[in-house]
Amino acid sequence: MIEVRQLKKRFRDQQVLDGVDLTIENGESLVIIGRSGGGKSVLLKHIVGLTHPDEGQVLVDGQDISHLNERELLGVRRKFGMLFQSAALFDSLTVEENISFVLSRERNHTPGEIARRVAEALDMVEMPGIQKKKPAELSGGMRKRVGLARAIIYRPEVVFYDEPTTGLDPVVSDSIDKLIVRVCDRLKVTTVVITHDMRSMQTVGRRVAMLHHGRIYTTGTPQELLAVTDPVVNRFVRGISDEKEHTF
Amino acid sequence: MQGRLASPIPVCYPVRRGMTSVPAKVINSVLTGLGCFSLMVAEVVRSLMTQRLSGRDLLHQLYFIGVKSQTVVLVTGAFTGMVLCAQTYFQFHKVKMDTATLAVVSVSMCGELGPVLTALMVAGRVGASMAAELGTMRVTEQIDALRTLATHPIDYLVVPRVVATMIAVPLLTAESITIGILAAYLVGVHLLQIDPGYSIVNMLRFTDHRDVLMGFIKAFFFGGIIATTGCYKGMHCGQGAEGVGHATTEAVVYASIAILMSNFFLTLLLTRLLALT
Repeated sequence: MIEVRQLKKRFRDQQVLDGVDLTIENGESLVIIGRSGGGKSVLLKHIVGLTHPDEGQVLVDGQDISHLNERELLGVRRKFGMLFQSAALFDSLTVEENISFVLSRERNHTPGEIARRVAEALDMVEMPGIQKKKPAELSGGMRKRVGLARAIIYRPEVVFYDEPTTGLDPVVSDSIDKLIVRVCDRLKVTTVVITHDMRSMQTVGRRVAMLHHGRIYTTGTPQELLAVTDPVVNRFVRGISDEKEHTF
Repeated sequence: MQGRLASPIPVCYPVRRGMTSVPAKVINSVLTGLGCFSLMVAEVVRSLMTQRLSGRDLLHQLYFIGVKSQTVVLVTGAFTGMVLCAQTYFQFHKVKMDTATLAVVSVSMCGELGPVLTALMVAGRVGASMAAELGTMRVTEQIDALRTLATHPIDYLVVPRVVATMIAVPLLTAESITIGILAAYLVGVHLLQIDPGYSIVNMLRFTDHRDVLMGFIKAFFFGGIIATTGCYKGMHCGQGAEGVGHATTEAVVYASIAILMSNFFLTLLLTRLLALT
């Protein structure tokens, strides 16, 4: 279980996170929505331990990781897999080397076992046979699938997705959403998705948390959020801009 | 931007509260930078003592830093030896000391010009490349991805580069010195008609093993300066293409200045220390 308690983070004059409280139960599928620049990715980076908070705590299975140093965090991060917005594949490595990165560095796997697990991971993301390609040869959707294969090959307990459908066409976006659901069901992992894509929210999320003004504004099922009458939530889920924000 | 000093990479942010004057900001920025750099070097040392270095990564870096830098280093060494020989000969010829020319070339190449020029050329080629590569990895979130894959960026990215550069620069310096002296010999003997026998005798007489040792020790330190500066600038670069560009330029400039300044202090220190041997 992951607990975020009163998390605060400021960048220069901007208070990005202003007391976030959030609990992520084991095995659940949580979608965090919110406006662009609203701190969703910053929150995710705090949960994974990529950024230290100014105040507050992040508890992973009861352990406060907000004050651990980088070496202490390495062990905690072994529980996590993360798909970055840009996939963040290593340019200099092939698809196979990218996916097998963690296994190769553990040094207790035979080359045959690594090759088998890479093939399994690629099968799961429906990209078989591209082991020898370089990331530069892949399209945006393919890169995300490879990034996901890299994130799940070592069987993490929690998989984080940072805006997995951003920059993809609707058809590819839908296939990525379905892939996330399939990975979640088949591997029985906790899934946390950051998005502002309402279709993704409905396909992937069992529970949704909305981040607004640096705090969790509301939580509920996708259906509950779509039915809510609160103007902030309503405007966001229906994609209606506020008249007051039309000054550029 | 505020943050804790001992953050992961480690990344440090200057404390800006209450600092309004320009000199205060500059001093704050310089001290913060030095502190961050020291933390990174300490992390490299800690990693070297506690983590197993991947032989494959080290070989890859040795190939890129050492083998691929040979052409530029050999050309630099050869022409430096040649011009040094010609200039020395023009002056010594006036006082009938022609056969001391190669001795001057040899001593200069071994103790000063060989290591310094090799290091400057490697800083331009390798230091810039390290800053650009790591900087691009940073802005494209590849370093964050590395961290989520339970890998410390210092272990995987910095340590192999630092170790490889500290091995490669002394070896490149040896090549540069050798080719420089050979080129000087060819110019001196075949072009300027210096007596080869007396030249070689004088060269061997005045060139001490301590000159050679000093050159290698300097090259070892310069290698460390090049790699740590390049990696530091890359891992702490700003956002976007502009940030990577700045990091690359600063890596070369800072490494070059550090090499030239440390060369002076190393010369004084090593001359004293080696005199005791």
